[in-house]
Amino acid sequence: MGKLSRIAWLYIGAVVVAAAIVLAAGPFTGLDWTQIGVLCLLLVVCESSATLLNRRGLAWSANTMASLAAVVLCGPVGAAIVSCGTLLGVRRGPNVAQRMFNTGMYVLSAYLAGRTYLAFGGPVGTPGPSSFPGIIGPFAAAAVVHVAVNFMLLHGVFWLTREQGAAVGRDGLDLKLWLTDLGYGAFGVLIAALWSVLGPFTPVLVLIPVVVARWAVAQFAAQQRAYEATVSALCQAVETKDFYTRGHSERVSRGAVMIATEIGMRPERVGAIRYAGMLHDVGKLGVPTSVLQKRTSLTDDEYAAVQLHPMRGLDIVREIGFLDEALAGIMHHHERIDGRGYPMGLAGDEIPEFARVLAVADAFDAMTSDRSYRGARPVPEAIAELRKWAGKQFDPAFVDAFVTAIERDGWTAPEPAGTEEPLRIIESL
Amino acid sequence: MAGRWYEPRGFPRPAPDSGHWILATFAGLLLVWSVAQTAVGGVHGVHAALAFGALIAFGELLRLNLPGNREAAPIATAGAMAYALLLRTGDSPAGPAPAQVIAVTAVAMTVGALPHLAVGRPARLTAMATRLLAVAFVAATFRPLANAGLIGGRWWSELPVMLGLIILARLLESVLTALVRTDELGTRFGVALGDELRVQWPVVAATGASALLIAFAAEVMGLAAVAVFAAPLLVTQVALRRYAGIRATYLQTVRALARVTEIGGYVETGHSARVSRLAVAIGRELGMAEAELLELEYAALMHDIGQLSLRDPVPGGATVLVAREEQRRIAEYGAEVIQQARVLDTVADIVRRQSDPCRPADRSQPPPLSSRIIRAANAYDDLVGSSADPARAAEAVERLRLDTASEYDPPVVEALSRLVIAV
Repeated sequence: MGKLSRIAWLYIGAVVVAAAIVLAAGPFTGLDWTQIGVLCLLLVVCESSATLLNRRGLAWSANTMASLAAVVLCGPVGAAIVSCGTLLGVRRGPNVAQRMFNTGMYVLSAYLAGRTYLAFGGPVGTPGPSSFPGIIGPFAAAAVVHVAVNFMLLHGVFWLTREQGAAVGRDGLDLKLWLTDLGYGAFGVLIAALWSVLGPFTPVLVLIPVVVARWAVAQFAAQQRAYEATVSALCQAVETKDFYTRGHSERVSRGAVMIATEIGMRPERVGAIRYAGMLHDVGKLGVPTSVLQKRTSLTDDEYAAVQLHPMRGLDIVREIGFLDEALAGIMHHHERIDGRGYPMGLAGDEIPEFARVLAVADAFDAMTSDRSYRGARPVPEAIAELRKWAGKQFDPAFVDAFVTAIERDGWTAPEPAGTEEPLRIIESL
Repeated sequence: MAGRWYEPRGFPRPAPDSGHWILATFAGLLLVWSVAQTAVGGVHGVHAALAFGALIAFGELLRLNLPGNREAAPIATAGAMAYALLLRTGDSPAGPAPAQVIAVTAVAMTVGALPHLAVGRPARLTAMATRLLAVAFVAATFRPLANAGLIGGRWWSELPVMLGLIILARLLESVLTALVRTDELGTRFGVALGDELRVQWPVVAATGASALLIAFAAEVMGLAAVAVFAAPLLVTQVALRRYAGIRATYLQTVRALARVTEIGGYVETGHSARVSRLAVAIGRELGMAEAELLELEYAALMHDIGQLSLRDPVPGGATVLVAREEQRRIAEYGAEVIQQARVLDTVADIVRRQSDPCRPADRSQPPPLSSRIIRAANAYDDLVGSSADPARAAEAVERLRLDTASEYDPPVVEALSRLVIAV
């Protein structure tokens, strides 16, 4: 979060003040302070092991589990007090404003969840054998309210603090995350139930599966980062063959993601199109270097070799299991809406969506970067060109989306080629 | 994410699968015995049996593949262990008899496996059998202890016993699995066991703790514990599955992208795949652990990526025929490419040193074992290619042997010769 607008400050202030009022109002009678202490400790541990989900500082932690256990064991006010532990989380990242907001958010979610639990007739206190299964209904309602309040407050702050003019992306706030949260919430009722058998030892036992899950999630994230970096490194290796196209894959990938986000594609599909963009020209490797770097127009044979490259790319990428939709995009990214493209000559809606997106980003980057046969064109000129060919070569909807995104977020055109030596080309052996 | 997982690629060897059959037969006998025993004695606590049976079947349905093509069913295992450790459910005092636990687990596992069979996925009897044996071990040891009143009635006396039994059972499972893998892949037993424990520990910790939680929670919540517990365990399972999935995709992608050198005409078709298969087989023969084998496989797949910097492909892609200096430059460039990924530094180092002779003239540090393996495997494949002619293989090995004084590592060449000539 950079500088916050006045409205954002007001919003954060309102959340914190509301939380403070809830905490101050009490009542504090009948609270078991050891219980609150242990649960608060559990919450601090959860908060301290939060996983960062995106660059804007969205992190996810298993706090829900501790505050929902507190809802059952200590009631709404106790749960609100336990949630104050968020402030004490030992982790780098959040600044004071973020910490205050997070704490306020969790206090409010826990309090409202507690109220819901009471409203559905849930008994507060350590549950015994007679409490089950009657307790599950009210608890489920409380869990849903907790997650929903959390979700709405968080969405609010993300909406208000979005960078000026940035695309309203989903920033990882997807449904899966909230289902995960609900799953962890279910641990809450377990902690409450086990309290009568295992006492304060309960959180230790409950934490083990949670820690393993966090470990797996962290490993997943690390592997995914490694994966992305590896794919991009390999793509760059492919590009060294034709140094005029250096960075092309990366930029087409970025452009395709801009379009995909702008038209509101699901996050998994945005991820897939990112890879498709990176890999779309892998097949060019099969085209002789002399043809790629030729300064004059191509002969028929040479042109045929170039036309084959999407299919060659497909040959390589086909073996990557998860890229099903990306495959179609890679294969057809040189098709045209009017049916005069290659390799199949598909037209209009016959062309897969991914391919139509890639075609726009690909052509735009080709125009705005240097080529062996001409220099780079300025961005406005390239936009005019995209518009001119919309409906003939490109899908107009995607051209519009791309132009909107560029006008808002800008576009970093590549450095002019030729100013530096190609990365490394061993001339011959 | 499509479900294609990492399968350790090795060299085909005549696999005596006696281990599979012994395990499967034993588990089958156990199934028959326990069902017969339960049928004679009658089922005690029908509701509990049904509830746990349903959880086990559900978990078996959702089984997942961990890295290294290991099958695991965390939810089913946790459910079955919890059933074996059940002391009291709500107000009914006694837990189920060992035979009943085994019968319920075995039947539920079979039911849960049926949908897999229906969609044409193969039944992995060995994995199911080891899981059943681990549960049988817990059931058979815990119940007599509990019945004899040796455990006491408080959590601090029960918990250590339960914990110990679960750990022993999972150790047993790991030993059995390692034995089967030794049999199947030709790994050394110690290495296989180490790999097994390394991959399994998170799952073991999560399922073990979950089993204890269910067993204790059932005291308070009755059978509702089983239902409530399915949700959180599912979260762990989803996380593990996504982790295993991305790892598999990663390897798949590297395998696929390593082929760019083939498409570009730099190397013969299938070269990187063959070299990596041979290299992994040699590494396994020399007792490398799975994590090292994975790095070796990545490095072997990408060992020729440096050739992309060549304007014109080397004739036939045979780097063995190219001057030492050029080889080194290709390797250096390949390592640079891999290093850009920032996470594969070991792999980059292996690739960088693949063209160094195994005994450097200037007494500098010899290249890592993985580099020496790739060097030999690459040279062998350049000489033999996709040919299956045994005479040619023998000739190639002979040629490598002649160079073992400085170029190729003698133990590596010997391992290679065992692999390619014995078959």
